[in-house]
Amino acid sequence: MLADNHRSEIKAILEKYPSEQKRSAVMPLLHLALQEYGHITPAALVEIAELLELEPTEVGSLIGFYTLYYDEQGGKYRIQICTDTPCALRGAEEFAEQLCAQLGIRFGETTEDGLFTVEEVKCLAACDRAPVFQVQDAEGIHYHEDQTVESAMALIQEIRKRHKDG
Amino acid sequence: MAEHILLRHRDIPDIDKLDVYMANGGFEAFKEVVTKKKPQEVIDIVRTAGLRGRGGAGFPAGVKWGFLTPDVYPRYVVANADESEPGTFKDREIMERNPFQFLEGVAICCYAAQAHEAFVYCRGEFWDLAHTLEGHIDQLYKKGLLGEKLFGKDYHLDIRVHLGAGAYICGEETALLESLEGKLGQPRLRPPFPAAEGLYGKPTVVNNVETLTNLPPILSRGADWYRSIGTEKSTGNKIFSLSGHVVRPGNYELPLGTTFRELIFEHGGGIPDGRSIKAILPAGASAAILVATDEVLDTPMDYESVRDIGSDLGSASVIVIDDSVDISWLTYKIIDFFKHESCGKCTPCREGTYWMLNILKRLQDGKATSEDIDLLDSVANSIVGKCLCALGDFAAAQVVADIARFRSDFEAHAVDGK
Repeated sequence: MLADNHRSEIKAILEKYPSEQKRSAVMPLLHLALQEYGHITPAALVEIAELLELEPTEVGSLIGFYTLYYDEQGGKYRIQICTDTPCALRGAEEFAEQLCAQLGIRFGETTEDGLFTVEEVKCLAACDRAPVFQVQDAEGIHYHEDQTVESAMALIQEIRKRHKDG
Repeated sequence: MAEHILLRHRDIPDIDKLDVYMANGGFEAFKEVVTKKKPQEVIDIVRTAGLRGRGGAGFPAGVKWGFLTPDVYPRYVVANADESEPGTFKDREIMERNPFQFLEGVAICCYAAQAHEAFVYCRGEFWDLAHTLEGHIDQLYKKGLLGEKLFGKDYHLDIRVHLGAGAYICGEETALLESLEGKLGQPRLRPPFPAAEGLYGKPTVVNNVETLTNLPPILSRGADWYRSIGTEKSTGNKIFSLSGHVVRPGNYELPLGTTFRELIFEHGGGIPDGRSIKAILPAGASAAILVATDEVLDTPMDYESVRDIGSDLGSASVIVIDDSVDISWLTYKIIDFFKHESCGKCTPCREGTYWMLNILKRLQDGKATSEDIDLLDSVANSIVGKCLCALGDFAAAQVVADIARFRSDFEAHAVDGK
């Protein structure tokens, strides 16, 4: 249960919104579940629905609507590369393809070690520092700007080493 | 370089620290309004200053606040920090580097609107930023600048950060409110406008981050000072996010009315690799493309002048396109964006963006005829004016303008090409 490990966080999230409007807490609670499990598990979905007195399908529809929520396990690190228009003008599509080639996967796929999923995303509001990607993991979402394939691979190797050293 | 009004961190180091911000006049405007001014006086000053919404619509902020339904409470203020327009990255710089001026702007807006609660709706990707902002808000409570009995007066205020989860449409103010209420981020039928029925059905002001960041300087220096910057109808400075094929992409804070030429060639350093400029997207994906003629380059970037040449200033995210770019590919990229971001509520937008992308893909693959270009134009024209929000209109307007202004780039891909 999400409540087992995060009772105080759940309470703090609920307190942010008027007590008769607790449905507003659904997005932060989904973020919390995502951090805890890496994706929104069916059990977490039902737990959040019960907590907010919603139907599970109402919560489920949000997972499909918002791109940062996932109901399937992917890599521990989701590398989300912006290939939208301003970034594409500055070589982001080539960058993304080359990075995929280095990792031996296609967009949407996960590396064999289960660590990395590479995805193409729309504008990240970092157009002046393309190529840019964000890494979504259990800790949240972090930006990596002014990237080259070399700098991205260096980051990936560093993460791999960290996991190996455990 | 003139003084920055919004990107003050470029003039004052460490202004993202509260003591430095306060040592430079921070929160004096908020204190002044709470202790000495009536809410209506604040609204009048902002209206006189002529401040227009910086999120894209350019609607006068003071006028918008004046639409709040009288005598209905509670009221809410929502800061739109869902910055997602391709090519726009100004709100992010404000909130990361000059966060307290933004937060003071939120506070002033709340006082003017007689609201005691504000939400900052950050796009989900701004995870780090949102968490840092929460830390800044905590500091304001500790300093007595938020919370109960502010400045010894009977005014209390709370500001909270709400994190989205990836949806461009949530930048549209009614979709943002739906999302904040925990629902799908889909636009509402208007009227009623948020000033009448906004968050939780209560009168609500929704303003863009940059708009709100203008409030502390307007209140401390006055409407006349503000009106002295920019043009008669487009007052003040604007942050232009410059991207694409320029030597120095980045944010540039300049008076409204600065020409495209000055922004792109003086500040941006011109076009790299010895190429020449072909086209300009003046407001990301959401305003018609412009052929980069001398007349266009010499046009002042204010709300009226850009409209006069057949486009819009929008959020002023200026994307520069050099002569290596095939505009039919650019259209394909932009419609791919809109198709992805269409929320699916209105059929003309949901289906129209799908079919436009389909035809554009066929064209890119060399499988379309020149009749398909006319078909594309006709699909676009079938979307305009038929949806709850402007997303479908923006997509359609882009296609129509791209074809009208760069038809030969499309014809070059047609199998029966001329």
